[in-house]
Amino acid sequence: MSAESTTKRSDADGGGANARANGNEVRIRKIPEQIVEIVSDSGEGAQTAGQLFGTVCAKMGNGLWTVEIIPAEIEPPARSQAGASGIRIRFATQPVTNMGDQADLVVSFNEQVLYSRIDQNALRSGTVLLIDDRWASDPDPKIQEAYQKALDDFRARGYEVREIPLHSETSKVTDNPQRGKNMWVVGLLCALYSRDLEIAKKEVQKIFERRRKGRDVVDMNHRLLDAGHAWAIEHLDERFAVPCEEKTTPMVVMSGNAAVAMGAMAAGFEVCSMYPITPATSATHYLASVFQEAGGVIHQAEDEIAAAGFAIGASYAGKTAITITSGPGMALKTEMLGLAVMAEIPLVVVDVQRGGPSTGLPTKVEQGDLLSSIFGMPGDAPKVVMAASSIEECFHLVITARKLAEAFYTPVILLTDANLATGQTSFPMPEPNEDWLSPPVDQSPWKEGVPAYAWDPETGLSRRPVPGQPGGAFVLTGLAHDEKSHIAYEASINQRAMRMRSRKMAALQKTLRPPEIFGDPEGDLLVVSWGSTRSTIEEAIGRIRRDGRKVGSVCLRFLSPLEPGLKEIFARYKRVMTVEINYSDDLGDPLIDETSRRYAQLAWLLRATTLVDVDCWSRVPGQPIPPWMIEEALRGRLEGIK
Amino acid sequence: MYGLKTDWLEEPTPRYYTLQDYEGETARWCTGCGDHAVLTAVQRVCKEEQLPPDKTVFVSGIGCSSRLPHYMKTYGFHGLHGRALPVACGIRARRPDLHLFVTTGDGDCCSIGTAHWIHAVHYNMNMVVMLLDNNCYGLTKNQTSPTSPKGSKSNTHPRGAAMDPLNPLQTTLGITNVSFVARTVDWNPPHLFATLRAAHRHPGFAFVQIVQRCPHYKAGVHEPLQSDPSQLLLLTHPDGIELEDSVKRIFKNQREHDPSDLDTARELARSGVQTIGLFYRNESVDRYDEYTAIGIATPREEKIAALKAELSHYQI
Repeated sequence: MSAESTTKRSDADGGGANARANGNEVRIRKIPEQIVEIVSDSGEGAQTAGQLFGTVCAKMGNGLWTVEIIPAEIEPPARSQAGASGIRIRFATQPVTNMGDQADLVVSFNEQVLYSRIDQNALRSGTVLLIDDRWASDPDPKIQEAYQKALDDFRARGYEVREIPLHSETSKVTDNPQRGKNMWVVGLLCALYSRDLEIAKKEVQKIFERRRKGRDVVDMNHRLLDAGHAWAIEHLDERFAVPCEEKTTPMVVMSGNAAVAMGAMAAGFEVCSMYPITPATSATHYLASVFQEAGGVIHQAEDEIAAAGFAIGASYAGKTAITITSGPGMALKTEMLGLAVMAEIPLVVVDVQRGGPSTGLPTKVEQGDLLSSIFGMPGDAPKVVMAASSIEECFHLVITARKLAEAFYTPVILLTDANLATGQTSFPMPEPNEDWLSPPVDQSPWKEGVPAYAWDPETGLSRRPVPGQPGGAFVLTGLAHDEKSHIAYEASINQRAMRMRSRKMAALQKTLRPPEIFGDPEGDLLVVSWGSTRSTIEEAIGRIRRDGRKVGSVCLRFLSPLEPGLKEIFARYKRVMTVEINYSDDLGDPLIDETSRRYAQLAWLLRATTLVDVDCWSRVPGQPIPPWMIEEALRGRLEGIK
Repeated sequence: MYGLKTDWLEEPTPRYYTLQDYEGETARWCTGCGDHAVLTAVQRVCKEEQLPPDKTVFVSGIGCSSRLPHYMKTYGFHGLHGRALPVACGIRARRPDLHLFVTTGDGDCCSIGTAHWIHAVHYNMNMVVMLLDNNCYGLTKNQTSPTSPKGSKSNTHPRGAAMDPLNPLQTTLGITNVSFVARTVDWNPPHLFATLRAAHRHPGFAFVQIVQRCPHYKAGVHEPLQSDPSQLLLLTHPDGIELEDSVKRIFKNQREHDPSDLDTARELARSGVQTIGLFYRNESVDRYDEYTAIGIATPREEKIAALKAELSHYQI
């Protein structure tokens, strides 16, 4: 592919099987999938452009996954590696469930930000780089020099460098090319990948209407799309098509955080209390804009502790509440979660995991909160812990979480992560169901003589009176207490109450099904996962199975209690391991042997509960782990299995 | 059932609640503890105001004062140290129908729960907050609290507290949206009762500091005020705390103070605990519970319609 400048005009449109550039025949090559990135300085609209382009792909029926590339600061220095801001769009004929391996094509607003992508191992030999050529003639000779040096370096690294007149062409359309380049790029990409420009125009209209912009802004952006499209048709000598499969069911495209927020609406929550924290906040941003229509209210509390306390107060008063946070917030909420366990108060906590400990990697992905969610509390505090493994599950598991919280009178922690939170994909549109909604506050008379904690001796379950219920008055306490909620002054009471709270977990576990196996149901290696790594692991396993190795995987949605049947499944494989985005020691590192090795979090849990010698492979790069890296790790493990 | 109501029988006369209807477990506070007086006074407020016990909630944190909900026969929430106020705010958020009282202490409110105290005043949600201020940590066996007098000895400061005490009323009166601030003493039951009743009738966040004796660890701290009422300054006003003349008569020092005058209230709060009465009341301050109650009665069909409309925005 080339992008040489020419003055000759082509009248071809993007939809034809053949089109012309430079007066030559342009072939439109069919490809099954493509990974495109748009990278820029912060504030140049690369993410808006990528989301728009992704939506166009999804609307045309392609499978889609987008992942945002986010700098740490709001306004990082321009033309710097640290300032790279952007988005990856992976689209394909088949459904797409993860970010994939290295990029096929990158549109870059300057050459320096590409070094961040090189650092992240996002490029491969042969990756096409479309770079704005404005820097070649920059008034600052230092910038000119840096630009040429970088381009030489990129060529030496094996990338296909193509300079495009991004700035100069955009300047022909708008006085403010800084704000218009992103739309010009979408026009270019629509031509390059034979996308329907009309869909893009409709989406642009939707975006700017939602931002309450006038018709003139929409028109300007339409002109930019047209200009980028026309330039590409005229100048690109190779173009592509990614065929689409017709969808029979209605589909939606959204991020995991939007899915969590919509799940909160669907579950009939009326109270969501929160404190701003990355990467969870966008869920409440979105919810704040629509919650009132569904009868709900967002409370931005003074701190994470108060956010949990407020939710607990609302739940105690009959309106089960949700609080959405991330790791540092979980640390602060620990005490409140303990209270909800002890006093058996329904509560849903969504933890959008980021890198830890401490402030850690605020905008980056990690699966580091599993063990602290299950065990990170003084005393024995059994509670339900679940993990969403896809954006679609971010929606549905919020509804499940509320139902479980109310049925078992317990906090339910739903773990998602930064990868799911900011990624976007398509999934079947949920059909809203009245059964999902929370029941109204029970104000019918409480049955006489029934204590506030009438624990069923087998399951530990009990219902609780709600303030306002006649005859139900009791004093809830965070102290150890008997079934009448009286403070446990006698020795036997605490043992019994602890047993009852623990028994609820067993009761829930008895209602769960063993996990489904992906791949071979028996054989050499089983990979166990939880959360957002599922689809990437499945992609890697699919590749390995093509070579004839017998490999399977299971993904756990329930971590506390654990899903049943694991030991039986593990017994069918020669080796069992977990793949996780959290820290573990590697055998063979200095001082690390079987007695000193610290395992990845799910591996710890599985070893303890199944007594199977579960191995692990985990990394903490602060970004989703691509399929190739997992494939390589699994192949390494398979070498040791006869 | 075809829209018919399920209970056709209505009580011919509304039930009259007696003091016994509010009396829970036997109180386990020390003999002579000021908490007993507060319990009696608040039970009397409930009775006088005929608050249905099933519609009344007492929320507390941790400490001697926070045991109070156990001794009421209403709903109660005895939660975490310092965290009574966020829980109470959460209860109030979607339940305007409940009568809500918070009992907290000087350690609970003014030390570990300070952030919540400041913000709860700012939210101005409808509830009565009773600060049972005994100048020490009692339940954990005598440590210095933020309101311990300078020089008073405790297990953490055996040579005496190093700093002048924090003044809870000065702090509260300095917070935006403050709407009701009063001070009373545990050893004057009529004034205590009248103050709590006024607090209950206030539509908003009613903050009452109750100067209170801890005979076990801080015996004698308030002895001069207690034995000589002329050392107390009683704030009076037609809009202030309603007191019978027979009660007023024991206070030799009185000063008329208009409770709508915030500047003078702040001035009065600068002195020590000897000034009692209503410092400030403003019923027109914005209330956050009016905001959080929006959409309470949203019908289920509307909720589903809202969700469907949102999903359609994301449909491809």
